Amino acid sequence: MSGSDAVLSVRGLGKSYAAPVLDGVDLELAGGEVLALVGENGAGKSTLAQIIAGLVVPATGSMCLAGDDYRPANRPAAERAGVQIVLQELNVIPTLTIAENLFLHRLPRRAGVIRRGELRTRAREAMARVGLDRLSPDTLVGELGLGLQQMVEIARNLVDPCRVLILDEPTAMLTAREVDLLFVQVRRLKAEGVAVVFVSHRLEELAVIADRIAVLRGGRLVAIGPMANYSFGELVRLMAGRDLAEGPQRAVRTAGPPGLRLRDLTRGRAVRGVSLEVGRGEIVGLAGLVGSGRTELLRLIFGADHAESGEVWVGDPLRKVEIRFPWDAVAAGIALVTEDRKSEGLLAGEGVAANIALGNLAGISRPTPLGRAVNRTREHAMAARHVGALGIRCASTGQPVGELSGGNQQKVLLARWLEHDAAVYLLDEPSRGVDPAARADIHALMTGLAERGKALLVVSSDLRELMALCDRIAVLSKGRLVQVFDRDSWSADAILGAAFCPEDREDGAA
Amino acid sequence: MSTRPVKSRRPLGQSALGLIGALVVMIILFSLLSRHFFSARTFTTIANEIPDLLVMSVGMTFVLVIGGIDLSVGSMLAFTGSVISVAALQWGWPPLAAAAVGLVAAAAGGAVTGLICVAWRVPSFIVSLGMLEVARGLAYRLTDSRTAYVGASFDWLGNPWAFGITPAFVAAIAIAGFAQWILTRTVFGRHATAIGTNEKAVRLAGVDPRPCQVAIFAGSAALAGLAAVFQISRLEAADPNAGVGMELQAIAAAVIGGTSLMGGRGSIVSTVLGALVIAVLEAGLAQVGATEPTKRIITGAVIVGAVILDRYRARGIPG
Repeated sequence: MSGSDAVLSVRGLGKSYAAPVLDGVDLELAGGEVLALVGENGAGKSTLAQIIAGLVVPATGSMCLAGDDYRPANRPAAERAGVQIVLQELNVIPTLTIAENLFLHRLPRRAGVIRRGELRTRAREAMARVGLDRLSPDTLVGELGLGLQQMVEIARNLVDPCRVLILDEPTAMLTAREVDLLFVQVRRLKAEGVAVVFVSHRLEELAVIADRIAVLRGGRLVAIGPMANYSFGELVRLMAGRDLAEGPQRAVRTAGPPGLRLRDLTRGRAVRGVSLEVGRGEIVGLAGLVGSGRTELLRLIFGADHAESGEVWVGDPLRKVEIRFPWDAVAAGIALVTEDRKSEGLLAGEGVAANIALGNLAGISRPTPLGRAVNRTREHAMAARHVGALGIRCASTGQPVGELSGGNQQKVLLARWLEHDAAVYLLDEPSRGVDPAARADIHALMTGLAERGKALLVVSSDLRELMALCDRIAVLSKGRLVQVFDRDSWSADAILGAAFCPEDREDGAA
Repeated sequence: MSTRPVKSRRPLGQSALGLIGALVVMIILFSLLSRHFFSARTFTTIANEIPDLLVMSVGMTFVLVIGGIDLSVGSMLAFTGSVISVAALQWGWPPLAAAAVGLVAAAAGGAVTGLICVAWRVPSFIVSLGMLEVARGLAYRLTDSRTAYVGASFDWLGNPWAFGITPAFVAAIAIAGFAQWILTRTVFGRHATAIGTNEKAVRLAGVDPRPCQVAIFAGSAALAGLAAVFQISRLEAADPNAGVGMELQAIAAAVIGGTSLMGGRGSIVSTVLGALVIAVLEAGLAQVGATEPTKRIITGAVIVGAVILDRYRARGIPG
């Protein structure tokens, strides 16, 4: 690619939060091309897209747009420069019409009254650009299917002159027919000279639409070139990297009798007929892409969502349990350490002790005529025991958990469940946002639980983590359990290949 | 990872101290404005009238702590009064039995509010708004829309032992004391605070929030019923129009005391002080000869001002 026809070029882009998420990325984008951006979860795709769209300010590096220096301070600034992004979640307002959605940021008006005629005319023009010309601009967006809502979202981004359009996982919610419709419009934009960045997990779709592909791994650009030059296998290998194969080895544990059995667990399209057994003293990993149904599966087992069908068996001996609510699961000896600690786990303003005690108050209280009174001495003694055992760093057992680091927050949440002494532990991204030292502690803790005969089911987007910890790894794709790997037979390539499994979309109704 | 606490935590004392300071300022101000204010008679008036608002505000504090609101307590007061009048006059029950059936009826009404909230996940604002109408309507039904003269059988509750200290006043203070203990020291109180802070986290910790929620609405209504008993002891009658707008006074008392309308934060001690602020303000404004419109304007301004001040105390910045 020569510099002259590049619409956008980036040099040495970098960004780090706890750890570097983007590290010295160079990229050039030509007008009229579709560039696919792929990588594992957490490889830096979204960060790169958000930097280009002005949502995130890079720590290092520079960008050039049509030859001029380009450093947008925020999204509106990027939009004024002609760089638009369509985010994964829809930002349309369902209770307004298509026309109103398209021009929400500057409705044509006279003395505050909307000029309906002009709005309609301009909306029709914008809709024609994305092939929505068969719809009335007065249609409520809420009445449209998700695919058409997505098209409205895209049309809204094209109302203003656009030179670079970034689509972040645009097909995640679309049916095959809607994807086709989207591709027609992407090709039309391409013909108009717009540079399109297409972020996706779906290699089979990228093969159809992309001209070039860029692969990110650990925040670095590891490959870029014409789409036709790469096979799926090669791409998967590039995304996974080689260092993956050599995980730290450890002794193979012998799993005891099953501690958890799932039969045909199903909920909508999120989880479809998953059957799995986890042995006592076994750690089973759940791998898969974002949206493959991993978190949803854990929530179903725990009763946080209702399963439409299927069975959960736990206990010794194994028996079928009816789990309608989380407290049913807790009573059956199941614990869930949630992915989102802040909103679904901890009481941020409350102290370490109160957070560990939540759900464990029965053991540290005594009955009185006015209700069970909490023994605060025992509460803090209980907390102090866990603080010592897990190495939780806090000023006191009364310090609000919101003030602790991510790793220490996670340990507080784990302590709550250790106090329960559950038989089955479901852990969702247990080391996300956790510093390396605390991560090692948490891994040791999980291994310890397995050695004490607990059954562990662990979701992680970090394949290295799963391969280091687990005895088996089950791979989910689009809500289905596609394959289970044993420790002696797995490889990163095979696991990723299964996760990316280019299975047909059955909702396509082709 | 942010090191700032998401929610401010203050020791109870600090919030209470501010309110006591505000009370002292108000008392000095009214004493300067009116020679008669700082007197035994003013104190007697306040001590006589405050128990109704106090017990109702205690119930409201629990409701607010779990992130709910109960708009029906004023009507619930009238409903309870009418049940008591029917039991005492039509059925000829002894006073204590009549009061008991009134309280049970109130608690049942509150439980219905709570059950509807948790069963259909309807906001308590809506359900209690409906209950506000239903309870008022029932009160009119039961009394044929007339004030029912119950007689002097409850007088002992409102007869002062000394200095205007009545059994009702002592009972209200004792209830507030128990309530503070329940809120801060029991499993029930812990769960209530946790539900108001983050209900999702409570559910995912394996704790069923629903019994606690229903019990709090039942308790709030029962305390409104107790306020009705106090009122009957003073007025010797059950008025189906009693308690109109009192739910707003109870909310104001809790909010002046620093209870968060978002849930998760509240203190009974501060609510008691908040109720005192309202009572002192009312008595003081009456003493200085303020007209009804003036009283309302000033009371309204004080409620909003108190909450703004509380914000400053909590974080040092408004917003």
